[in-house]
Amino acid sequence: MINYVWFLMIAAGVITAASKGEIHLVTEGVLKGSEQAVLVAAGLIGIISFWSGMMNIAQEAGVTRALARLLGPLARRLYPEVPPGHPAMGALVAAMSANILGLGNACTPLGLKAMGHLQELNRGRAEASDAMCTFMAVTSSSLTVIPTTIIALRLTHGSEVPTEIMGPIALATLCSTAVAVLLDALLRSLGRRRVLR
Amino acid sequence: MTAAVHAFSRWAIPLMLLGITTWGLSRRIAIYECFVEGAKEGWRTAVRVLPFLVGMLVAIQVFQHSGALEQLIRVLEPFTSRLGFPPEALPLALVRPISGSGSLAILAQVFETYGPDSFIGRLASTIMGSTETSLYVLTVYAGAVGVKRTRHTLAVVLLTDLAAVIVSFFIVAHFFA
Repeated sequence: MINYVWFLMIAAGVITAASKGEIHLVTEGVLKGSEQAVLVAAGLIGIISFWSGMMNIAQEAGVTRALARLLGPLARRLYPEVPPGHPAMGALVAAMSANILGLGNACTPLGLKAMGHLQELNRGRAEASDAMCTFMAVTSSSLTVIPTTIIALRLTHGSEVPTEIMGPIALATLCSTAVAVLLDALLRSLGRRRVLR
Repeated sequence: MTAAVHAFSRWAIPLMLLGITTWGLSRRIAIYECFVEGAKEGWRTAVRVLPFLVGMLVAIQVFQHSGALEQLIRVLEPFTSRLGFPPEALPLALVRPISGSGSLAILAQVFETYGPDSFIGRLASTIMGSTETSLYVLTVYAGAVGVKRTRHTLAVVLLTDLAAVIVSFFIVAHFFA
């Protein structure tokens, strides 16, 4: 499916630019995209290194194990094939906590840490494991309970009550996470039966 | 409430920093060496994600920069408007899964034009808060561990974003009726 989405974006871009008689926009897009990719990856180096280092201390000290015990019941149900004592469980819980608390730039590094541990369990295969699929689905459904960026942006634009959207966001995010979990389970079983490939 | 949330977002990371190091030291761990050992991974991860990022961001930029995205919004507008969904919030809903900085810029634009306390402003806030840059998450997360086949996950995240937009619309319409 990713192949089709990728192709559609490129093809639609080329056709639109050609029909406008401005085909150079495509070339510009290619340059911009590549440059942006390097900037994003470079921007990640420092902060991922930092959080990987902190997570290493947390793991050695047993902080992640304590976290995993706290949120364990929920995480065990979401990721049944991850052994409860495995570092992957601690990392998953840490990443989910960072998301819930809206800790912006900590989310991706912690998420990647969790993916790394899941890949150990997946024995380095090129196909995502069930736990990875669930984790990516849950992460991209946005678990945010404290949307700091949005509140700050509302504040700077003169909102009377910048936090008034916290309730609606929490509710909407709860719904979308539930949808993500259900869809993941549904499409996974369809995928197993080779209906969807 | 606002003050509490702001205090939280300012203090959360500093406190975690202090908490983890204190906990580590109290367990007699060589925290600095332990940190450096873990931090070595950062470089490798960033390098591993790069090809995936280039692939995805080039396609997204071509799609956006060529004007194809605008075209798509123009085509969809009559349909979504007939369903009662405000056309002013449509660009945000469509850009959100593919670009984090882009959607933030659109959100700021919406606030600028309609005000954060308008219906559109509240709807845009809620859509922004209940969705993620799904395509970025998928690209970076899978790319970082060298996973090339993400199975059903792309379908899941895109449908979830759609669901979040619809749910946001109903919630905001109810909450602030």
